[in-house]
Amino acid sequence: MSFVLIAEQILNGLQFGIMLFLMSAGLTLIFGVMGLINLAHGSLYMIGAFVAAAVASATGSFILALVAALSAAALAGAIVEITIIRKLYNRNHLDQVLATFALILIFSEGTRWVFGSFPLYLDAPSYLQGAVTLPGGIQYPLYRITLIFFGLIIGLGLGLLITKTRLGVQIRAGENDREMVSALGVNISKLYTFIFALGAALAGLAGALVGAIQSVEVGMGEPVLILAFVVIVIGGIGSVKGALIGSILVGLTDTLGGIFLPKFFSFFMDLATATNVGSSIASMSIYILMSIVLVWRPTGLFGQKV
Amino acid sequence: MKKVFKFPIIIATLLSVIAGNAIAETKIGMITTLSGGGAGLGVDVRDGFMLAINQSGRSDIKVIIEDDQRKPDVAVKLADKMVQSEKVDILTGIIWSNLAMAVVPSVTAQGKFYLSPNAGPSALAGKGCHENYFNVAWQNDNLYEAAGAYANSVGVGNSFVLAPNYPAGKDAIVGYKRTFKGDIAGELYTKLGQTDYAAEIAQIRASGAENVFFFLPGGMGISFLKQYAASGVDIPLTGPAFSFDQGILQAVGAAALGVVNTSQWNKDLDNAANKAFVKSFQDAYGRLPSLYASQGFDTANLVISALEKADVKNAGAFRDALRAADFESTRGDFSFASNQHPIQSIYARQVIQEGDVFTNKVLSMVLENHSNAYVDDCKM
Repeated sequence: MSFVLIAEQILNGLQFGIMLFLMSAGLTLIFGVMGLINLAHGSLYMIGAFVAAAVASATGSFILALVAALSAAALAGAIVEITIIRKLYNRNHLDQVLATFALILIFSEGTRWVFGSFPLYLDAPSYLQGAVTLPGGIQYPLYRITLIFFGLIIGLGLGLLITKTRLGVQIRAGENDREMVSALGVNISKLYTFIFALGAALAGLAGALVGAIQSVEVGMGEPVLILAFVVIVIGGIGSVKGALIGSILVGLTDTLGGIFLPKFFSFFMDLATATNVGSSIASMSIYILMSIVLVWRPTGLFGQKV
Repeated sequence: MKKVFKFPIIIATLLSVIAGNAIAETKIGMITTLSGGGAGLGVDVRDGFMLAINQSGRSDIKVIIEDDQRKPDVAVKLADKMVQSEKVDILTGIIWSNLAMAVVPSVTAQGKFYLSPNAGPSALAGKGCHENYFNVAWQNDNLYEAAGAYANSVGVGNSFVLAPNYPAGKDAIVGYKRTFKGDIAGELYTKLGQTDYAAEIAQIRASGAENVFFFLPGGMGISFLKQYAASGVDIPLTGPAFSFDQGILQAVGAAALGVVNTSQWNKDLDNAANKAFVKSFQDAYGRLPSLYASQGFDTANLVISALEKADVKNAGAFRDALRAADFESTRGDFSFASNQHPIQSIYARQVIQEGDVFTNKVLSMVLENHSNAYVDDCKM
């Protein structure tokens, strides 16, 4: 196991974590501020990817595709919030889960109805293709490096929005006491629509960015959604900083676990069994991480004390 | 006045009821995946199947199509409904091996015929074979065995093998190793449904293998191929046809160009039945047929050929008619081994670009009239 391989795998884990962050940032805000469990967050991710693929094939521009993905997901988020989600704030979590699960089915079959059953084509633009050689002789795809920087910039922007702006103050206040905020004259329903659309836009953007290296198909959002829930539980519900740290932790654990655990077991068992046992434990590793964090800090790393 | 008008309608209805009873109708139940992930495969099987039924012009064959959503429990419920309330004679359509395992043994035990247009798990080819179960596609291991044989034929000394960690993935590796004579440079099992293969690709880069054999069906293969092309690793890839099927090649794009994959069918196979099939499929649906469409088409033609010889109600005669496989297959020569799985030739094909469409061309025949490894385990 060479240095180059390990460094490359750490970059892979980082990149995976950053993409998870784009998904979980919105999810944690919606859960933390609005108290809503939104299972349909993965559908917004899918919408972003499909719109990006459609726009990219129509115009040939990847930048336009990203802008379209972001706007379409934000728009879908706003419409869903105004027509459906708004009626669920005072219901219990089970009702929310049921309603947003129904949204998953509607979005999935709607997407199939519009785009068909076959996966769509979306690729990174030609100027971001191929691999670059980093210091130390590490060959790494240029597109993935761009993703890491892009995600970090968005994370920074989101952090500034929440800590430095008036809107951010309202969001944090809404998290603590929504009745008091509305009593102080903040239009809480507008704020909620904005947060939901913001979360949706980030999910849509993540879908478009990831769609270029993975497959754009119906149902692509649900596996990511599960990981995003793990992330926000680890990071602490409602905390964007927690989502960032949690995402990177999950990304690194998942990637490095998948490589080092089979190697580790091969020291004392034969290769086939080691691969088997190692990859089984690797796929549990993030859930083991989650349990450890929860035992140590029941509200997550950056969650508020109850 | 009104009464007078109604009379002809009533008489017509009565007549059609009588006529319907007079001609014995064959009911075929198709349970396939038409929604959720992997729906493209089911859609192709259905379209190929219905194309053959429509071409036959036989109005006495009634096909009932239901969507299993790729869920075993749904498939079992649908099968029960088709057997008990629809009273179908023949079942077909299932794409996924885990669903086939849940449905096939129970329907064949109830005396119904099951013709598989895709799934061919080893359990149903060996000890679990049944006289009413026919597989028109393949035994699951066939294409992997061909990939191993192809690697031998081009002189590969060591291979890196990669598959998802579930039964069909392990079968793929076992099938490849059964024929491949070189060494295994590395062996990896990924999570089922994994979408990011950066970690695996890094290990492939470090392994120094001469080729990579991978089995990653559906969206997994698309992700892997795109990421592999972007990684700058230049070790050649081979795999079974699933990741290079007509339905998903357009989504993979140029990343798949040049990859060699193994298949028992391709659109350029030179026989009259295949040429007619490719043309009529394009005319009917406006797209190129896939491997799955050819399997659906062959399955329907097998049923039609058997129905011409025997009535489905006469199970013994109908079974013999199926075993004869007396139909024009899109694959050319086609017959059944004693465990009622195909004996067929398997080809190496390469991904090419024709205009702006990505498709495959046949390179060479890898295994001629290939049967399967489970024939001797099947005691019928």
